[in-house]
Amino acid sequence: MSSTETSTATATATATGSAAGTAADEQAAAAKAVTDTAADVAALGAGLDALDTHDVERTSISRILLTKVLPPLVAIVIVLLLWEGACLAHLKPSYLLPSPLAVWDSLYDQWLQGTILSTIWTSLSRGILGFLASVVIGTPIGLLVSRSKLVRAAIGPILSGLQSIPSVAWVPAAIIWFGLSNATIYAVVLLGAVPSIANGLVAGVDQVQPLYLRAGRTLGATGLRGIWFILLPAAMPGYVAGLKQGWAFAWRSLMAAELIASSPALGIGLGQALENAREMQDMPTVLATIILILLVGIGIELLCFAPIERRVLRSRGLLVARR
Amino acid sequence: MAPAVTQQPAEDTLGSAAQAAVTLDHVSKSFGRAGHAGPVLEDISLTVAPGEFVCLLGASGCGKSTLLNLVADLDRPSSGTITVPGGRAALMFQEHALFPWLTAGRNIELALRLRGLGRAERRTEAERLLELVRLGGSHNKRVHELSGGMRQRVALARALAQDASVLLMDEPFAALDAITRDVLHEELTRIWSETGVSVLFVTHNVREAVRLAQRVVLLSSRPGRIAREWRIDLPQPRRIESAGVADLSVEITEQLRGEIRRHVQH
Repeated sequence: MSSTETSTATATATATGSAAGTAADEQAAAAKAVTDTAADVAALGAGLDALDTHDVERTSISRILLTKVLPPLVAIVIVLLLWEGACLAHLKPSYLLPSPLAVWDSLYDQWLQGTILSTIWTSLSRGILGFLASVVIGTPIGLLVSRSKLVRAAIGPILSGLQSIPSVAWVPAAIIWFGLSNATIYAVVLLGAVPSIANGLVAGVDQVQPLYLRAGRTLGATGLRGIWFILLPAAMPGYVAGLKQGWAFAWRSLMAAELIASSPALGIGLGQALENAREMQDMPTVLATIILILLVGIGIELLCFAPIERRVLRSRGLLVARR
Repeated sequence: MAPAVTQQPAEDTLGSAAQAAVTLDHVSKSFGRAGHAGPVLEDISLTVAPGEFVCLLGASGCGKSTLLNLVADLDRPSSGTITVPGGRAALMFQEHALFPWLTAGRNIELALRLRGLGRAERRTEAERLLELVRLGGSHNKRVHELSGGMRQRVALARALAQDASVLLMDEPFAALDAITRDVLHEELTRIWSETGVSVLFVTHNVREAVRLAQRVVLLSSRPGRIAREWRIDLPQPRRIESAGVADLSVEITEQLRGEIRRHVQH
């Protein structure tokens, strides 16, 4: 270490000294400096790189279990215990507040009858189909609103205003338009999900740094190539957030539509099952169905959107600081 | 002291315009309504010869970045013409401007892809460019995993991937610490002499300009005009702390301060 310092100091002293000398001396000193530096620069650069970079370590599975999985499980257990306690204390008659076990029995009965999976699937397939259609419709709308000042001025406020209309408000209109059919249900789902997907994309595009667009243009990414290679990937965090919200809205709207627009021809989804149980004054089944609706919503979120969102954020180094 | 520097009048251009890498001919630029707020750039005529390294030097508000944007075709001049015979110029920014959704290598491959190269070709060319900036083996590194100096080297590799005949650099090292900047000066000098690319480098740092350039062009501020030029004949690679660089920096700094002082009255 000390020997390196000395040699560098000498080299500098030589260079400074010769600066006052003749041009030939200066050339020679410079040539010496060249050989010195050419060998040094690589090592110097590598040293700086090593000093300046730090590996991002991944959290271990046991730590994930402890910090991410355990807390919600504990919370659920506490809620169940409070619920059971309320039932044991007879706060309300059991036909109004059934115990967790009665709700579980109802779920188990439906499982034995073989109806539970088909009920979930009826709703889930509608939700997925409606959501995908919303993505196909909402994405170009969002792109158009975010890229064209005129379109934004024209329909931007309406698009964000549509988000504040509860989708259940569309159900009567949809029934008058389409009758008690699947079209009614899909119309309500689309009206619920398309605005939030479009708005998510608009928000994502608005947050794209202009620098990326300029950099893309100098690289030759203009027009459609600019949108595909630069704009859409850059807007991805906002877009994924919009998709997530879009799914939540689609699922919510679907339940509203199924609850009201129930007809034997439409088959039994979770919403219809809920309505049927209410007509039977079957509180355990009502609660069981609500829990199923919740579980499907959480399940899709955890299985589909959470991994995508994590991937998008982690690849950009946006998740590291959050720990 | 040996005459390492020859001064030239601003009108003198190097070589003929026909074989220049960049030619600016009486270029002016104003923003907003004409005459509303005076021109940012006024009557700039400048030629960069093939393989030449030119530094544009000026205080804030001299329109150096505007000038680069014009040459990069991100903006149009209000009058005058800009010719880049080699096609589109590559541009490197003060911020690395790497795309965070791509790895270091993929950033370079995107530039190659937009140039129309095939998949296999892209891969090998990206590796070669990473080796050139001494980042071989960093292909799969994410942008946020790289240090500031490494990011600028990847950005340099991405700019070189465009295979443009001229490389525009907009204060690319201004945000780096002094030690890293020093190393990158040496790397840039090496890469410039290895690739033979023409460089138009914008900076407000006099020593950096003298350290790097064959020719330093001083711009006045508001409006930006070419105030003076210096040819720098010190042998490369120079050290930023060497006496030759220091002496000339003192002289140029005096001129620069003179230009800035002129604005007190306004």
